[in-house]
Amino acid sequence: MFALIVEFTLNGSPTTARVMSPGSALDVLRDELGVFGPKSGCEQGECGSCSVLLDGVVVCSCLLMAGDLQGSVVVTVEGVAGDQIHPVQTAMHEAGAVQCGFCTPGIVVAAVDLFEHNPHPTGEEIKEALAGNICRCTGYGAIVRALEGLSEAAAR
Amino acid sequence: MTTHTDRRAIQVEGTVGESPLRPDGIAKLKGEFEYAQDLESEGMLWGATVRSPHASAIIESIDIAPALSIGGVHAVLTASDVPGRPSFGLEHSDQPVLAGDKVSFWGEPVAIVAAEDADTARLAAAAVNVVYREQVPLIDPEEADLRDEVFRRMRIRRGDQEVTGPVVVEGYYEVGMQDQAPLGPEAGLAIPDGQGGVDLYATSQFVHVDHEQIVASLGLRREAVRSHPTGIGGAFGAREDVNLHIHLCMLALHTNRPVKMVYRRSESFAGHVHRHPARMWYRHTANEEGQLLRVEARIVIDGGAYASTTAAVLANASYFAVGPYRCDSVSVDGVGARTNNPPCGAMRGFGAVQSCFAYEAQMDRLAEALDMDPLELRRRNVLATGDEMPTTGQLITTPLPTAEVIETLRAMPLPDVDRTSLPGGSGLTSEPKDVVRGVGYAIGIKNLGFSEGFDDYAQARVRLTPEGAVVETAAIEVGQGLVTVLAQIARAGLGISKAEVRHVDTSKIGSAGSTSASRQTQVSGGATLEASSRLRERILEQHQGDDLNDDGVWRSGALVVPMDNLTREVWEETVTFRHPATERPDEDGQGAVHADFAVAGHRAVVDVDPELGMVKVVRVDTAQDVGKALNPDSIQGQIEGGIMQGVGLAIMEELVLENGVIRNPNFTDYLLPTILDAPDVEAVLIEEDGSWGPFGAKGVGEPPTISSTAAVAAAIRLATGKQLNRVPIRPQDISLGDR
Repeated sequence: MFALIVEFTLNGSPTTARVMSPGSALDVLRDELGVFGPKSGCEQGECGSCSVLLDGVVVCSCLLMAGDLQGSVVVTVEGVAGDQIHPVQTAMHEAGAVQCGFCTPGIVVAAVDLFEHNPHPTGEEIKEALAGNICRCTGYGAIVRALEGLSEAAAR
Repeated sequence: MTTHTDRRAIQVEGTVGESPLRPDGIAKLKGEFEYAQDLESEGMLWGATVRSPHASAIIESIDIAPALSIGGVHAVLTASDVPGRPSFGLEHSDQPVLAGDKVSFWGEPVAIVAAEDADTARLAAAAVNVVYREQVPLIDPEEADLRDEVFRRMRIRRGDQEVTGPVVVEGYYEVGMQDQAPLGPEAGLAIPDGQGGVDLYATSQFVHVDHEQIVASLGLRREAVRSHPTGIGGAFGAREDVNLHIHLCMLALHTNRPVKMVYRRSESFAGHVHRHPARMWYRHTANEEGQLLRVEARIVIDGGAYASTTAAVLANASYFAVGPYRCDSVSVDGVGARTNNPPCGAMRGFGAVQSCFAYEAQMDRLAEALDMDPLELRRRNVLATGDEMPTTGQLITTPLPTAEVIETLRAMPLPDVDRTSLPGGSGLTSEPKDVVRGVGYAIGIKNLGFSEGFDDYAQARVRLTPEGAVVETAAIEVGQGLVTVLAQIARAGLGISKAEVRHVDTSKIGSAGSTSASRQTQVSGGATLEASSRLRERILEQHQGDDLNDDGVWRSGALVVPMDNLTREVWEETVTFRHPATERPDEDGQGAVHADFAVAGHRAVVDVDPELGMVKVVRVDTAQDVGKALNPDSIQGQIEGGIMQGVGLAIMEELVLENGVIRNPNFTDYLLPTILDAPDVEAVLIEEDGSWGPFGAKGVGEPPTISSTAAVAAAIRLATGKQLNRVPIRPQDISLGDR
């Protein structure tokens, strides 16, 4: 193991972190920086609980090498709305789309990204966008209802 | 300990029958809710576990020196370091805290380490040198039965055992080993208190039963250990048993430093119990009108290496072996086998899932033999209030709307065929012309709360504060919404508009029992209702009022004691609620062994490509007996999530074993349903007053999983004409299986 220093932008703030190679970006966020929104669920990019935006693209931070954070712009669930509440978060709250909540940060990140690029997604587009996020509690029904409702509201 | 939990919007507004928003919803959506894996403490070490690579082996030696010599390693502990009782267990203390002279399943903990960081801890765990002498593992539950390696045998005999009839259907069925796969892996933090005691914050469904086992194995007095409820990412039965709890406390006490442990996913699969795989032989005998004359079953479940809850799971599989149907001649023999496979225990549905898969397949075959509509056959045999349970003979006194469930399902509209959404996805997998639709039904029944004479209770405390009611409880919120519904109940009981649920540790309140058996809304809800109602009565009595609301105490339309004045006194009430007592069964398995029942039915619509073996579950509709819907949106969430797990067992979820070793302990190979696999769901809640739960409520968590698997299997059978006597049904079972 050896340490290296990475500099990147995290939720809008310049950030410097010590990296224990061969760690993942998720390890850096959680263990070095105390950013606990991204969750560690499977360590192999299957569950999507650790999803973050890397230079505007949804990635599983558990699959991203820590060193690859250098020079990047990273947004975690904590950064999607700052002190405010994002319309995706409000819609999911009101639709009962949160149970244990462990998958929720990843789903919020993926959904925020979807609406950023496509304000009126169809049901199929919503499902495609969230296909990389496993939820074990809800059966996905309330999540789809929340985001379809948001899509309809945006279309009006 | 640092805390990241957002305290905004923690109060719940809305009474029973409404669907107020979750008090923890915004914190979870913003990533601020604190889970066990997010806990930190000043000076914290990290723990790791050394696990057996063999299903059965003698431990010849353990050399911890190589691990201890690594810089940053603070402790390496083995079986001889367990200060108190060397074993633990929910029903029998038969599982070693750390394996001593032998290992009995793949992944069994052998040693534990604590180090400065997680990587060093894992390196140290890998450096512990354990010399094993491998043994031939016992992996076949029927062989275990022959060798009398069993945790429990069930024998149920009811009615005339010589009954025969004109229509006989026999079948053999299997259910694979399902995993709860809660999304949050096991995690915890133990903090020594400097006086020889410890505070534990760890993933759990039942902190008081953890506490009992922890103090026994630490050899400490009860007061020295406090087990704290903490944020957990789902449970579904996986968190009833102790896993990292005693280990964390041992390491914290040994190093006198806080110690954190987080299982990786592969370790999580080894670290918790699974749903019991089952083998089931059935014979149903009926007359020409379809009346069930006799049901015979033999059910073998594999309990794995240690007892966990196998005895109770076997009991459930056996008591519900006939389903929600009348029958006066029943014979059930059950075996809970002890093998060297991974230990099995609680998972949502708890034994009732396995037998439902078999008896519902039998009912469909009986309908086919009689040339009768499958729902009509079920309707002719429905079990209802006032009937006796076909297995135990127990008189059913609470509502059991089996007939309403069946009629509701029958009346629900069927979906149109959608040729744009095909099995295998919308790409080039299936040709629309090859796709066949199947529609299958299944009805399930299960007990609510603990059975067989278990003293099942929950304590809750309700306090009136200027900000509203506070409910204190140790009942674990696993995601199901207990924090919402207990607050709703307290509001309703007190007559005020705001309430908040606070989780407190084992030293501050009595046990709430386990968050399992669909029981907390009924039992902790019962305690909350009684405490809040009594508190209201006492307040009104002391101040001679006739109403209490947010303003204070009222008498004849005038406010006589404003809330600020009222809450200068301490107003609190602590109640321990017990559900109606149950009996132990007699030697024929007869008796009033259950406190309550719930029935639910599912209708699955599937599109199948029979040649490729691909399945798309299009829709699963359901009718569920809920007593009284205290929070309809939360119930919908339980129903949709439970159905998804039932669909998972039907077509994709199985831990594959080879010589006792799990071959797929990861989310790449243990397949979980994604949003693309999720069927549309329409749910009808059937409300009927008369249960002993608060406001007549029944537990709702498990019924969605009981018959959803069986309904999907029935639909695939109908579409393909294949036998499909085993779940999960794989593509090759469909394309190559027997007709």
